[in-house]
Amino acid sequence: MRSRNDRASTRPAEVLQYLVLPAAVLVLWQVASDVGFVRRNILPPPSEVVLVWYDLITGSTDAAARYSGSWLGHAWASTWRVFAGFAWGATLGIVAGLLIGLSRAVERMLDPTLQVLRNIPVTAWVPLSLVFFGIGNAPAIFLIGLGAFFPAAINATHGVRQINITLYKAARMMGADERELLRRVILPGALPSILTGLRLSMGIAWVLVVVAEILAVRRGLGYLLNDAYLFYRNDVVIAAMLSIGLLGFVSDRLVVLVRRALLTWNEKETFGGEH
Amino acid sequence: MGSISVSAVSKRFETGDVDVTALDAVDMQVRDQEFVTLVGASGCGKSTLLNLIAGFETPSSGQVVVDGAPVRGPGPDRGVVFQQTALFPWLTVEQNIAFGLSLRANRDKGEATPIVERLLERTGLAAFRKRRPAELSGGMRQRAAIASVLAIDPSTLLMDEPFGALDALTRSIMQDFLLELWEARRKTVVLVTHDIDEAIYLADRTIVMTAHPGRISEVIEVDLPRPRRYEMRSTAAFIRLRDHVTQIVRAEAMKGTAPLDATAASSAMPDSAMTATMNAHTK
Ligand SMILES: Nc1ncnc2c1ncn2[C@@H]1O[C@H](COP(=O)(O)OP(=O)(O)O)[C@@H](O)[C@H]1O
Ligand SMILES: [Mg+2]
Repeated sequence: MRSRNDRASTRPAEVLQYLVLPAAVLVLWQVASDVGFVRRNILPPPSEVVLVWYDLITGSTDAAARYSGSWLGHAWASTWRVFAGFAWGATLGIVAGLLIGLSRAVERMLDPTLQVLRNIPVTAWVPLSLVFFGIGNAPAIFLIGLGAFFPAAINATHGVRQINITLYKAARMMGADERELLRRVILPGALPSILTGLRLSMGIAWVLVVVAEILAVRRGLGYLLNDAYLFYRNDVVIAAMLSIGLLGFVSDRLVVLVRRALLTWNEKETFGGEH
Repeated sequence: MGSISVSAVSKRFETGDVDVTALDAVDMQVRDQEFVTLVGASGCGKSTLLNLIAGFETPSSGQVVVDGAPVRGPGPDRGVVFQQTALFPWLTVEQNIAFGLSLRANRDKGEATPIVERLLERTGLAAFRKRRPAELSGGMRQRAAIASVLAIDPSTLLMDEPFGALDALTRSIMQDFLLELWEARRKTVVLVTHDIDEAIYLADRTIVMTAHPGRISEVIEVDLPRPRRYEMRSTAAFIRLRDHVTQIVRAEAMKGTAPLDATAASSAMPDSAMTATMNAHTK
């Protein structure tokens, strides 16, 4: 059992639990490289990656050579694209999902089409979107938004559908009109599920930003990753991979923070909420 | 304000290939400020009848009239207390109680704060005002649900097995709690239950229903003095009434059993009817 208060003062044993896996991975990786189990230029050890990463960010040692000091520009380009695509895709997804959940008529109009589109992998949209939008930000933001749309929509629909009918009836009985039902019952009731959808959308957005940047633009962590690969700079490749992982993680935490702030009521009576 | 008139009401549900006649030509009159309970085996149409008065369902034929006007849908003049407590899990106890009053439809019912305070006090929930429903016991939850309905001051209270999910002890405490509220501020009450003791203890009149199709089989005047006290349950008058109602419900349940034994058809009805009867005997 753990409560919110304990969470603030994390005990040493818990810190250890957090650190076990990353430490083990780093040590194994370093050792594998040091004993010559893998070639250094194929899998550079963490000690080298850290140095390259440092130069990538600060531009102070030239360890990353032509990429020296370029990190912030790439990271910003990727983050910006992720949030731009996420913003339109998730917003549209939530609206569509709510409408489908609220109205069987809308469901009949939208759902079959969406179900087919959903089954086309977003990567399959790459050629068409390049032809349509050309090279640049537009196809990237299109692809990211497309990917973010579906989890947002599906979870918003589910969120509406799982609302306890008794609550809806109770509100109607007390005299709630359509707008009040939507604002006071439907939206708060669907919120947990909507936020779960947003979390999935955010994850997909970071996957797609890399795909889009490899193909469509000359800036961003995906571009950096691919360019370094072409120049046999696997240390930069790994630094770019880890950067994407970390930024994705931070974005996910942001969504979780929003979730925590909005949902103080949803974590009771579940296994996940108690242990 | 709060008289109910159900005239020749039938309700059929079309479910795929078979039609279920939940209610067949039901007539029922409830006077203003009268406390009426509905008993009967499960499946005999008690909830359906309540839903028709509440306006969640419309009759297939016949008419439901409340305060002289035909029912056209749910409304704040008829407060419904559901068996599955209808509290918003994202609102605190006091926000739940204030919910109805915050709706535009109830703007003219006065300022929320004093009403909510009075109800928190009356329901003994003042100390738990900041709790959310998930943090309350079953009895507290149902008290909060009742308070949230009383806040909009409906002239009629419709309750569908409101204490059905509670343990026996809590249930009997809640019965006294409900009577106390009702004595202090009388309303028309229609309460559905499958607990015969509860039906008699609370009511001015108990209506016994029978299943397949749902009909009113007998209306029993409960001429026990008010205010009711727990001890009355062991008086001769109470026991006589209880045995009488039990007999009707039991006879109905038996009627359902005989042909079923022969054809070995499956139905939940006789079983649950028996349980209701046996509950009444073992109390
Ligand atoms: N929405 C519905 N659709 C189909 N059949 C229903 C519906 N509601 C109730 N019934 C049927 O009507 C009958 C009466 O149900 P109900 O009013 O819930 O009984 P009770 O509350 O007395 O247990 C039952 O046979 C039930 O299966
Ligand atoms: Mg029922």
